[in-house]
Amino acid sequence: MKELSLNILDIAENSLKAGATKVEILLTEENNTLTIEIIDNGCGMSKKTLENVINPFYTTRTTRKVGLGIPFFKEAAEQTGGSFEITSVESSVDSKKCGTKVKTLFYTDSIDFTPIGDIVSTITTLIHGSPDVDFVFKHKKENGEVSLDTREIKAVLGDDIPLNSIEVIEFIKNSLNAEYNSL
Amino acid sequence: MKSLAELAAIRDKMKNSVAMRDGASGIRVVVGMATCGIAAGARPVLNTLVEEVAKENLSDKVTVTQTGCIGICQYEPVVEVYEEGKDKVTYVKMDVDKAKEVVEQHLKGGKVVAKYTIGK
Repeated sequence: MKELSLNILDIAENSLKAGATKVEILLTEENNTLTIEIIDNGCGMSKKTLENVINPFYTTRTTRKVGLGIPFFKEAAEQTGGSFEITSVESSVDSKKCGTKVKTLFYTDSIDFTPIGDIVSTITTLIHGSPDVDFVFKHKKENGEVSLDTREIKAVLGDDIPLNSIEVIEFIKNSLNAEYNSL
Repeated sequence: MKSLAELAAIRDKMKNSVAMRDGASGIRVVVGMATCGIAAGARPVLNTLVEEVAKENLSDKVTVTQTGCIGICQYEPVVEVYEEGKDKVTYVKMDVDKAKEVVEQHLKGGKVVAKYTIGK
């Protein structure tokens, strides 16, 4: 992946596949580190699956035999000297607290740090594909914060206008970009 | 999130046009957005399709959606076009420029861009 925002899109797709109704994407930049957290309330994974997800030759899909999404993301973090953590609570264990959390730490001053890239495009792509899911996005930088909560947008739109109408997607894109530019 | 007032204005403007769109049927464009597609550049392809369809005022008859791995990872980014009564068209190794061409010639003009397709 050429941009971390593509890894984020890829990992968040797993959350959606797990039936999440809420996905949080949190980026925190501090000193020379970047922490990325992707937290969902999907169906979670069993201990056995959790042990397997970092193995590139493991996948739940049937269309092919490799699953590279998580190994790619882990590699991107570890090649900077950072770390990768994944925790999960299966819905059969606790239906209220179920979900998966992926947390990665990057050292941004490493020569092997992949740039974040077009994160706004990742957020709009996710909203476009899953308008019924609640997305919370927060990007904390040293000089301020950019944030979005699709529940706030839905509250304004009401029931008549879908979140993935092009006009709304354009609005989200423009206002996030404006927030980044004003930092 | 700022400018929610601006959003309210967009909502009010859209309320009239939404009813019309509900009756939309016709062409469904599907973009593969699994690891393979994303790594190969599916995100800008998808966004281009969404933007161009809106720009060409095709939203009433064309819907652009996302799916997972289609199973031909080596040909990603893959875009499938479904139209009632017609064979599925599969475009492979797509990029932003090819996506614009497909919107212009196929979705708008009704002519399949054969040079970007595979199999049937």
